[in-house]
Amino acid sequence: MTPALAPTDAAAQRSVIDGRADRGFRWLVTAAGVFVLLSLLGAAFSMFWGGREAFATFGLKFLYTDVWDPVNHQFGALVPIYGTLVTALIAMLIAVPVSFGIALFLTEVAPPWLRTPVGSAIELLAGIPSIIYGMWGLFVFVPVMGTHIIPFLSAHLGNLPLVGTLFSGPPLGIGMLTAGIVLAIMVIPFIASVMREVFLTVPTRLKESAYALGSSTWEVAWDIVLPYTRSAVIGGVFLGLGRALGETMAVTFVLGNAHQLTASLLMPGNSIAATIANEFTEADSEIYLSSLVALGFLLFIVTFIVLAIAKLMLMRLARREGQA
Amino acid sequence: MSRADMLYLRRRATNAMALGLAAAATLFGLFWLVWILWTTLSNGIAALKPSLFLQMTPPPGADGGLANAFFGSAAMSLIAIAMGTPVGVLAGTFLAEYARRRALGEAIRFINDILLSAPSIVLGLFVYTLVVKPAGHFSGWAGAIALAFIVLPVVVRTTDEMLQLVPSQMREAALSLGVPQWKVTVQVLYRSALPGILTGVLLALARITGETAPLLFTALNNQFWSHDLAAPMASVPVVVFQYAMSPYDSWHALAWAGAFVVTLFVLATSLVARAVLARKKVSND
Repeated sequence: MTPALAPTDAAAQRSVIDGRADRGFRWLVTAAGVFVLLSLLGAAFSMFWGGREAFATFGLKFLYTDVWDPVNHQFGALVPIYGTLVTALIAMLIAVPVSFGIALFLTEVAPPWLRTPVGSAIELLAGIPSIIYGMWGLFVFVPVMGTHIIPFLSAHLGNLPLVGTLFSGPPLGIGMLTAGIVLAIMVIPFIASVMREVFLTVPTRLKESAYALGSSTWEVAWDIVLPYTRSAVIGGVFLGLGRALGETMAVTFVLGNAHQLTASLLMPGNSIAATIANEFTEADSEIYLSSLVALGFLLFIVTFIVLAIAKLMLMRLARREGQA
Repeated sequence: MSRADMLYLRRRATNAMALGLAAAATLFGLFWLVWILWTTLSNGIAALKPSLFLQMTPPPGADGGLANAFFGSAAMSLIAIAMGTPVGVLAGTFLAEYARRRALGEAIRFINDILLSAPSIVLGLFVYTLVVKPAGHFSGWAGAIALAFIVLPVVVRTTDEMLQLVPSQMREAALSLGVPQWKVTVQVLYRSALPGILTGVLLALARITGETAPLLFTALNNQFWSHDLAAPMASVPVVVFQYAMSPYDSWHALAWAGAFVVTLFVLATSLVARAVLARKKVSND
């Protein structure tokens, strides 16, 4: 009888071991998943904790005063917040139409043999490290801006009412307009690749129906493709906006690091990320350091909201796709 | 000419103009790509010499190279990959295999996607408060940890996606043979998703090689050769940043050389990553 018992015994033992290993593995992967969740919460909390001294000292005034005075320990975040928003806005004004054009070209206009190489080339732009954009911006693009583009803008737009204030100032080359343009070049590949991907999800029968009714390519793109993918296109734009708001190195090179509030786009300014990058290792007092961490917290919250909107918008199209 | 003809002509004209603008937008994008790559290439090659990889970062005016920075970048990147990959693969496994259609899984996927695009400088600040401040000094470890937080979401995302692509027949076949689930995951699913996961790791490597912001206040910088991870450590992007912002021509040349090598490495790595994934696609068909 014993030889018959042995395998059963071994099998029972084995199933106990397997069960234990299974539970252990499940526990391990769950822990790793929760770790991802915790790392984001931890980042938010640690920055809030690091910035608490600044929030406690300056209160809401931290958000709307423009003093940045390390000597007298007075800090207000208005200048960096303003610079971040303005540069990101300029970037989006340039990048959104260009990205739409690229996506349209790659999905509807270009001959098929051209689509893959051009698409890959545009995506190469996304792979270039941001510090390269910064160096190119500082050494190559800033001189071009300073000698050609800014004098041209000042001469032709600087004297107009209202718009004139935006384009008046010395031709320094560095400044918020330059930073906005460099940011636009950086986010174009991100927005364009999202748009291209979602344009490809439009059912062919929808487009063919429109063509059969006599639509032109542009009418199909504007009246069929764009409405069908609207939420995902907005998602892609917000994804780009999230990048533009948080980009550090490229902006640090070309923005000028000047704590001043000016209406002119041609003047140097500052952004949240550039302020942190420039001043963090030089912060010599607790409140200085705390103010910089508080700036990081603000940036984190804003990008979190923008990226969350982006994600929700992208999910809306994906869900409809799933149902169809 | 009748009104219908006018309308027809106007629609034709609008169409031609819109499509022309789309082509112009593409040229606009390619124009910057070529300009930036050309600048990096010409300036970088001009400054390239063997001493770049053999000598230490010099004081202003003196000759030197970036050997310590290359070593620091390589060391911190590899440690970051070694830390981020296992956690990322396990978390991706959780999302794809254990948490499908569960609220926790959806929440983690959502957070991970946000982490993927979060500003890297914010992660640097996080690691500063987590590691540098308690330790009291900057260190190579802190830099590696900051980079690991950038590796993590990339690996989680690709592992999740690649495991979801594995046909469920494979799981069912293995499970019906009585293989426990962890063995199915490790010995069947990982093997099938390996090229995809490898692509994710390579993409993560490409991304952290050029990262500057999270290293500025974690690893800081070091003018000398140092393999002590508990001490501040040089890295190529930080040195490039410091040298490019300086007023010295010799430092500018070194910065261009460093920038060139980093760009070359990043682009080559992402090309290899694509090639790995493309081969996998062919073999599946």
